[in-house]
Amino acid sequence: MKNLKQSLGVSLWFIFLTFPLMVVKVNTSEQLVEWRWMNILWVGLSFFILSFVWRYALAQKEARMMAAQSGQDGQVKPSKIRVLLENQDLRVKLMFALMAFVLVFPWVFDTYQSTIMISALIYVVLGLGLNITVGLAGLLDLGYVAFFAVGAYAYALLNHHFGLGFWTCLPLGAALGGLFGMLLGFPILRLRGDYLAIVTLGFASIVKIVLENWSDFSFGPSGIANIDRPSLFGLDLDIAGSTTYIYYIMIGLVILTIIVTGRLKNSRIGRAWIALREDEIACVAMGIDMARTKLSAYALGACWAGMVGVLFAAKTTFINPASFTFMESAIILSIVVLGGMGSILGVILGAMILILMPEYLRAFSEYRMLIFGAAMVLMMIFRPQGIISNIRQKYEFKGLKEKSENV
Amino acid sequence: MSDTAKHVLLEVKGLTMDFGGLRAVDSIDLTVTAGEIAALIGPNGAGKTTFFNCVTGIYTPTKGDILIHPKGRPTRRVNGNKPNKVTGLGMARTFQNIRLFPDMTVLENVMIGRHCRTRTGLLGAILRGPAARKEEQQIVEFSYTLLEKVGLAEFANEYSKNLPYGAQRRLEIARAMATEPFLLLLDEPAAGMNPQETAELDALICRIRDVERMAILLIEHDMKLVMNISDTIHVMEYGKKIATGTPMQIKNDPKVIKAYLGEDADA
Repeated sequence: MKNLKQSLGVSLWFIFLTFPLMVVKVNTSEQLVEWRWMNILWVGLSFFILSFVWRYALAQKEARMMAAQSGQDGQVKPSKIRVLLENQDLRVKLMFALMAFVLVFPWVFDTYQSTIMISALIYVVLGLGLNITVGLAGLLDLGYVAFFAVGAYAYALLNHHFGLGFWTCLPLGAALGGLFGMLLGFPILRLRGDYLAIVTLGFASIVKIVLENWSDFSFGPSGIANIDRPSLFGLDLDIAGSTTYIYYIMIGLVILTIIVTGRLKNSRIGRAWIALREDEIACVAMGIDMARTKLSAYALGACWAGMVGVLFAAKTTFINPASFTFMESAIILSIVVLGGMGSILGVILGAMILILMPEYLRAFSEYRMLIFGAAMVLMMIFRPQGIISNIRQKYEFKGLKEKSENV
Repeated sequence: MSDTAKHVLLEVKGLTMDFGGLRAVDSIDLTVTAGEIAALIGPNGAGKTTFFNCVTGIYTPTKGDILIHPKGRPTRRVNGNKPNKVTGLGMARTFQNIRLFPDMTVLENVMIGRHCRTRTGLLGAILRGPAARKEEQQIVEFSYTLLEKVGLAEFANEYSKNLPYGAQRRLEIARAMATEPFLLLLDEPAAGMNPQETAELDALICRIRDVERMAILLIEHDMKLVMNISDTIHVMEYGKKIATGTPMQIKNDPKVIKAYLGEDADA
């Protein structure tokens, strides 16, 4: 009974809130006001039902927390997905299926689909790169897109002035990204938390403003056009062929990123990053050089952004500062947070969801930010650890022989 | 601890630490010799933890010298060295309020301690060559052995935040030991422990001295523990050192009784 009353209240409240939006429609050309009373019913009914769902979900969550607390060792029972993922046999099969799908993708679907996929993959790499800085080392970076811009402009300018090719610029972009990461890293070594976030935000703004206003250098807001696409042994590819080619390059980059970040995560360096995130003072007291560790996290995170920036410039053949706004940084950060900080699979899923969903749900494009916001809020309430939470490596000891299984 | 009993490992001379107008530590002289368990006691706010923080490099002392004489290595003055440098030189510490890495496994916590004794870099970690793999293997084995020594091997793959309190304390000691120090500094290792856990800790600390051959300097309020295991006790009050001696001497020192044990001399 109490629940019914509450739900009724909720639906009335939402009817009131959405009244001007859903019911009243002013037709300015004919000076008419349309009243769509049916909508009240829909809004009321849907929120009535939704509030039940909401309450059920909350109760579920609390029950789970109680169970975790009363449990012997406080261990949360592994989720079904986790159990599935840990099945080695299934994992291999899934991996092959995924690989096959990924490889035939550009031949099955049209160029448009491939293009969308490329941009999603770009965000996968960006997410994984930022994951190093934010997810592993715990350094909140709100200006990640600056490094992306560095990479993109590095290729665009080098290509424009010196005619350097894509493959030469790819490592150069990565190196430049890393260098800028270091440059940003040095002054903020001593900062933490909010202060750090603000400085990174400022850094991104500086980069963007420089690109916009230093016209002699960066051609200002008009950007740089006619950037070369990647060449394949001097072959001239048409747009479709070139898209397919870029798609495969991107797949290669993603795989490279996954391997590198996966290995780093469970290495001496990766552990130092996580320790730094967990407790800075204890970390230093255990003999870890904070400056070096922080700088390496920044540089390495930035390095991926620089690299994929080169590819971005090559893909779009045109770049201008408008592509590198704060919004991009926010989306990349959302990918990491939504996917699950520190978790590679989580970040990949997060990128796919956040980038592909809006593409395929064009019909709802007006409500995009609304859905985005709602998804974020729901996520933070019900799964603050992200879609797939990071699980630390387990070691097995058989006469002190360690066999490690990566997650 | 027979032939090396007189080898001085840590020598602190006239150590002074000011916070603004407050003199938290006032010209303290203190030595720790090889193979001994030294205790630093004193009422709350006497400056014991500040002293620790100065020695381990978290604070840079205002005045005085902190000299270390590790066996087989040259004497060094460590004032103002960064904490990680000090740990690298061979002095590792634990914290009064436990500072583990909660979202890492127990084993990984100890593995962090190996950081300053290993050298795989970024490139090594990415390429994972034979040298890197061998080193990683050694880190795991070393850490696991340490966990066995402190009796935490069965929890190796648990998250450290899920450990019971006493075990977290022992894990912190294991983590410090992983850096292979010549001197272990323990800041109130028995705080919040029940009598049984304290007794276990007692045995553990003695084992560390006798088997691992590490000298120990500890801050502790549990008088029973201090009197049981210490070879030397240093007493601080209001930033000054007021007494040094064996447990027997300290127990009977009128100054100490007045300052610290008060009228109710329960020790």
